[in-house]
Order: sequence, then C-alpha cells, then structure tokens
Amino acid sequence: MSEAAQKKTPLYQEHVRLGARMVPFGGWLMPVQYTSIVDEHQTVRNAVGMFDISHMGQFIVSGNGARDWLNAMLTNNVAKLVVGQGQYTFLLNDNGGVIDDLILYRIGEAEFLLVVNASKIEEDFAWLERHLKEGPSPCQLKNRSADFGGVAIQGPRVVDLFHDLLGQNVELPARNHVIDFVIEEMPVSIARTGYTGEDGVEVFFRASDAARFWYLVLERGAKFGTKPCGLGARDTLRLEMCYPLNGSDLSADRNPIEAGLGFFVDLKKPNFTGREKLLEAKTNGARERLIAFKMNGKGPPPRPHYSLFSGGNRVGEISSGTLSPSLNIGIGMGYVSAASAKIGTPLDVEIRGQKFPATIEKKPLYKKQS
Amino acid sequence: MNVPEDLLYTKSHEWIRREGENIRVGITDHAQAELTDVVFVELPKVGASVEAKAPMAVVESVKAASDIYAPVKGTVVEANNALTNNPALINSDPFGEGWIFALKIDNADDLKNLQSAAAYKDQIEA
Repeated sequence: MSEAAQKKTPLYQEHVRLGARMVPFGGWLMPVQYTSIVDEHQTVRNAVGMFDISHMGQFIVSGNGARDWLNAMLTNNVAKLVVGQGQYTFLLNDNGGVIDDLILYRIGEAEFLLVVNASKIEEDFAWLERHLKEGPSPCQLKNRSADFGGVAIQGPRVVDLFHDLLGQNVELPARNHVIDFVIEEMPVSIARTGYTGEDGVEVFFRASDAARFWYLVLERGAKFGTKPCGLGARDTLRLEMCYPLNGSDLSADRNPIEAGLGFFVDLKKPNFTGREKLLEAKTNGARERLIAFKMNGKGPPPRPHYSLFSGGNRVGEISSGTLSPSLNIGIGMGYVSAASAKIGTPLDVEIRGQKFPATIEKKPLYKKQS
Repeated sequence: MNVPEDLLYTKSHEWIRREGENIRVGITDHAQAELTDVVFVELPKVGASVEAKAPMAVVESVKAASDIYAPVKGTVVEANNALTNNPALINSDPFGEGWIFALKIDNADDLKNLQSAAAYKDQIEA
C-alpha cells in the first residue's frame, strides 16, 4: 500500500510537528518514534508516556438483546460486567481461531462499547454485521471508529497527571472500568487499562477535540515527565508483559487456548462461536503453545520468524521478539510444540545460521520492582 | 546532519576514511539517526577477504537488523571490538569511536567508485 493510501488519525499533523517518524501500520500512518524507542520505553516505565490510539476502532452495540448476542459472539462472559466495567475478550472464527482480541465495555444497561484493533475494523464489523443479520436483529451495531480519537496515557505518574487535570479529589476509574468526564469542555471517556504493564488509562474523545486534548496533556503533564511515545515503544513495553499482538502472536489459525489466554474464554457459557473447537483443544491438549523466552546472554536480538530449536530439533518459531529495554536482554514469544513448552526448557534461537541459547520463562517477562 | 568533508561515502550509508593502504569504515550520522538505538553489532572476522558490496557486518537496532557492506574489495585487518560491549558508540560517535572495521584494500583505484561528501549530502537531502 502506498503511503498516500494510508489513513491518518486526527493527530497526524501533531506527530509530524513533533518530529515523529511516521510508518504504515495496519493501514494507518502512525508514529513509530519521536526521539528513540528506548527513551520512550523508559519514559513509560518511569514517568508518563502518551500514545495516539485513534487508529483503533470503536463499535457500539445497543438494545435489549445486546448482552446475550455479544455473549454468543465473544469468548469472555459478558454477563459478569456491571455498567462501567470492561473485559478483555476474543472474537473467534468457526474454527476457534482469533479474528481479533478486543476490550468490551458495558457503558449502559443495554449498551456496549467494543474497542478493536485498527487493522481489523472492517473485518470485525463485517463479521458481526453478517451474524447480526442471520435472524431477527436482537440489537443495533454501529461503527463509530471515525467519530473518536483516543490516546493511551501510561506510566507510574499517571494518577498525579489526572489529579492535575481533573482536580485532586477526583478518583480515576478502578482497573478495567470506564467513567465519562468533561475536561476543559471536552467530553471524554477514561478507561483504566493499557498495553504496557504500567498503571494507565485509555482516553477517548471526539475526533475534533483530538489535537486540543493532546496538547493539554503534554502541557499539563510536562511537570510529571509526560512525553509522546510511538508504536516502537508500545511494542517493546507490551512484549515485556507478554501481551499478545494480533497478527503476530494471534491469528486466524491460532486459538486462545494455544496462546495461553484461556482465562479470557468462558467455556461454561452454553454457546459462542468457536466453543466446540476450544473444548476440543482444552480436552486433547493444544498441539503447540505460545511460550515466552529470554536469551541466556548478550547477542543479537531475537526477531519474528527466527526458528526455535530444542535438543537439536526445530520445535517452532518466534512470533514476537526484541531487545528488552528494561532487562537489557533479548526476549520474545513463539509457538513451540507442546512437549517443548515447559517453563525452564532450554531453547536455541537460530540467527543468521548460528544458534544462541535461550530459556522458556514464566509470563510476564518483566515485573515491576515495588 | 553531519557529513565530514574529508571522508568518502557509499550509497548504502557507509563512510570511508583513507589511512594509507587501509580504509576505516563506519555508518554515517544520517544512518545512525535513521536506525536509532543500536543494540547489537555483528563484526566481520579479521583476515576475511571480501568483495565490494558484500554484506560483512550487521547493525541491529531495537526495530530492525541492517547489513553493512564492504565499500571495495579487500581484507579485514581490524574490527572494532569496543562495539561488542557498547554498540551505542555508533549512535554517540558515528565517525569516531563508532567505526566498525578496517580493510586493507586490493586496489586503490576502486575508491574512485565512491562518492564525495557533497554527493552524499545531495543523496540524503533528496
């Protein structure tokens, strides 16, 4: 896809003005970094970083049948959500493979917000719409992606920043909850969630308010060390936490059981798309598993598609890999045959024909020192 | 962007400093700024003979691995082992401490195929 054909978020001009390097990502032209990936990574681990997530999609599902219909479309149990609460969940195909991983918020008694991956907006919407039209429609489905901008604001000083913006007595929502606020006359939804392993929020606002909100946070956040951060740091941060990236660690050929994400699948629900296949995977045991590993010593960083070996046999390949800026060692995730997937198993990573030792580790690979 | 006048340059962003029968090679300030955060360098073996434009070292940033090419035909006489423990020297001092390797060149005439600072400047500003 040519650069001109890439979509731009309402913050595109601000990224260019701040000197970001723009790269195509999931059909969008996005900032990969402003200064350096390592700097921006450390900003999030030590202060506050702000990411443009306006490219992500927002769907609204509403109506009396919304809850039950979503429960049949998604893997997690929607009935557990109280108004203002969200959950991580999967949209699966009929084989139990992952179409998308997303966050579902219950924003009213019979109204839900789905926040989906940028590259999957069209596919998710088409899938949901097709299923909605299979019978008498139990609810309404709307794609509101173009109406909203969004930022993720992440890091240990995020609460200080929001006390400054909202007032010292105002509480941020609890983890995985969402609350509507008005900041300087801009209506915003603040969700306590993120993709970095730090305390943080994702904030959604009218696309027309995007630039004003962005600069407000940078100005008021300066005293807390707030800086804009790009997708490069977003990737190293999430990989240290072993949060999967759809398209790399998740795909239409991989199910959440293999990915080790069964916690977000409620097999006790009587029916949802992909349930039979997941039951089968759970009963028979997955053939391959998504493992996390650390390199044993210094060496070239592991990267996607490098082969993984165990005892001289090729057992799988890397799905995500990088040098961890926090641990200063190569880390990654990859699918390996179930027999080689135990924590502590020694692996070899093949890099340019040479093998480098690594070890399967418990997820997450990075834990905050508290 | 710093482009020292006294060096020669390749299209693939290596700089070349003539030192008698040898040349010293690294990547330009422009290249290090594009890569950012160099985290690993794979050095060539001293004694290896290389053809012009053959990949002979690898510079890896957080995001990507990039091949470094031999500017001309020659034999590796030195590799910068300091980069093994401190690959970020390529970012902090690309034309100095961040040099990557030195070659004994087969034929000094080969250097005529390389470009001047002015030509390289035109290339990166284009």
